[in-house]
Amino acid sequence: MALFLGAIPFLGLAGVYAAASSARLSANPADKLLPSFEQMGTTFWRMATVPEVRTGDLTLWVDTFDSLQRLGLGLGVSVLLALTFGIAIGFVPHVRSALAPFLAAISLIPPITVLPILFITFGLGETAKVALIAVGTAPVMIRSVAQAVLDIPREQIVKVQTLGASVWQMVTRVVLPQVWPRLITALRLGLIPAFIFLISAEAIASTTGLGYRIFLVRRYLAMDVILPYVAWITLLAFLIDRALLLFSRRIFRWAFLEGEAL
Amino acid sequence: MSFVEVSRLTKRYGDTQVLERVNLSVAKGTFCTIVGASGCGKSTFLRILLSQEVQSSGTVSVDGTALPPEPTPDRGIVFQRYSVFPQLTVEDNLVLAEEFATARWTGRLFGSARSSAKQAVAETLSNIGLMAAKDRYPAQLSGGMQQRLAIAQALLMRPKILLLDEPFGALDPGIRVDMHDLLLRLWREMEMTVFMVTHDIHEAFKLGTRLLVFDKVRHDPDSPEAFGATVTYDLDLKSGPVTEPPTEIADIIYPRPEETTDARSS
Repeated sequence: MALFLGAIPFLGLAGVYAAASSARLSANPADKLLPSFEQMGTTFWRMATVPEVRTGDLTLWVDTFDSLQRLGLGLGVSVLLALTFGIAIGFVPHVRSALAPFLAAISLIPPITVLPILFITFGLGETAKVALIAVGTAPVMIRSVAQAVLDIPREQIVKVQTLGASVWQMVTRVVLPQVWPRLITALRLGLIPAFIFLISAEAIASTTGLGYRIFLVRRYLAMDVILPYVAWITLLAFLIDRALLLFSRRIFRWAFLEGEAL
Repeated sequence: MSFVEVSRLTKRYGDTQVLERVNLSVAKGTFCTIVGASGCGKSTFLRILLSQEVQSSGTVSVDGTALPPEPTPDRGIVFQRYSVFPQLTVEDNLVLAEEFATARWTGRLFGSARSSAKQAVAETLSNIGLMAAKDRYPAQLSGGMQQRLAIAQALLMRPKILLLDEPFGALDPGIRVDMHDLLLRLWREMEMTVFMVTHDIHEAFKLGTRLLVFDKVRHDPDSPEAFGATVTYDLDLKSGPVTEPPTEIADIIYPRPEETTDARSS
């Protein structure tokens, strides 16, 4: 029943689109704005299976692989920054006093405005794109990790001292384990901003990637490419999000025992 | 022979005086219960004994040496909540102390070392009645089970002093009685000195061999925070448990409403 109810909006949207598309196409069979599902399917299948004449690549898979690689590297850098700085800020009061205001200011810089600086510094290659994703997602993730550390009850830190733990053991056995699930939540929330920065960077300067492709074919009004690509990007984001949630539930089972998790 | 020696202890937070002129000498093996009204500084006193906080002036010494600046394994602690680690199962919560002691860098034991550490805590597990629940996480335990685990965990390092900060405050009365039996048994077995802060006067008289009442001696109606609390009653309960606590002590712990209105109108 829930599955059926959940499917209604999807089916409704598809129905409205199909009706609008067939109305336009019956008026003008060469219309490009609302291609039929069949046209989109054919184009998408061609991009996934037929090597491109000039490069010999399977366009869809090269685009997907390159984009996901950039996304993964950028978010990976963010995770490392979040763990090191987040735990230091949350755990050491002096580091917190020194860095928290700076971080609060940095996180207000609209990341896209940094993109020209990144292109000038790192050139138009991969580094600038990865750096944009990291710059855009790291501040928020650092703050969530720092908050997660602050949320650990003071009692637990005192308790672990009375069990004879060194500072290193305290961080690795009490602080880090309690931070992991919160970091994964931050990562999931950062996924869509990360995609925005990825697509923007690819749209401006790139030769491959999902963002590059949709902005390239925009010139030819190739909605039969753009629409399936948007759906494909959405599907990828959805799958990554679900995978992270399932992973977190399985590995950090203790964190999901109380309350509900989305 | 005094074991814990407190001399001219004071604690201030800014302008607020919490404790003043606390002098105390406690013999080894005493079960010391501490009562007092809310906000009278009894928990602060306990945190100073734990080195979680530092006194503003005065000295505290254990066995002749001043307290170290940080909490150490020779003083165990059980809080009202959050004493156990939510990310570890019951068994792992108990193995943790051994892991800290042996694995300096990883803080973890593997393979045979881990199974022998698990075997070492098996007796403790059955002692506190959590053998069947050893693979559960704290969130899956009842409040009483969590506190039993917290007490067992605090005793793993065989502390000379056990500090309890309202450990049974959140438990049902029926479960409290079971916890009292467990605590008294462990106290006798391990020959510890216990300091227990409680809000329940009957509990204080039942468990303690010595009862301390914290209260303010001096009052300034214009600035209630100007004076701190000290030990106003110090009762020896070794002769046997007192079933009916004296009313003057009950009045200190549970101030009657009309007294507070009197203080306001004067």
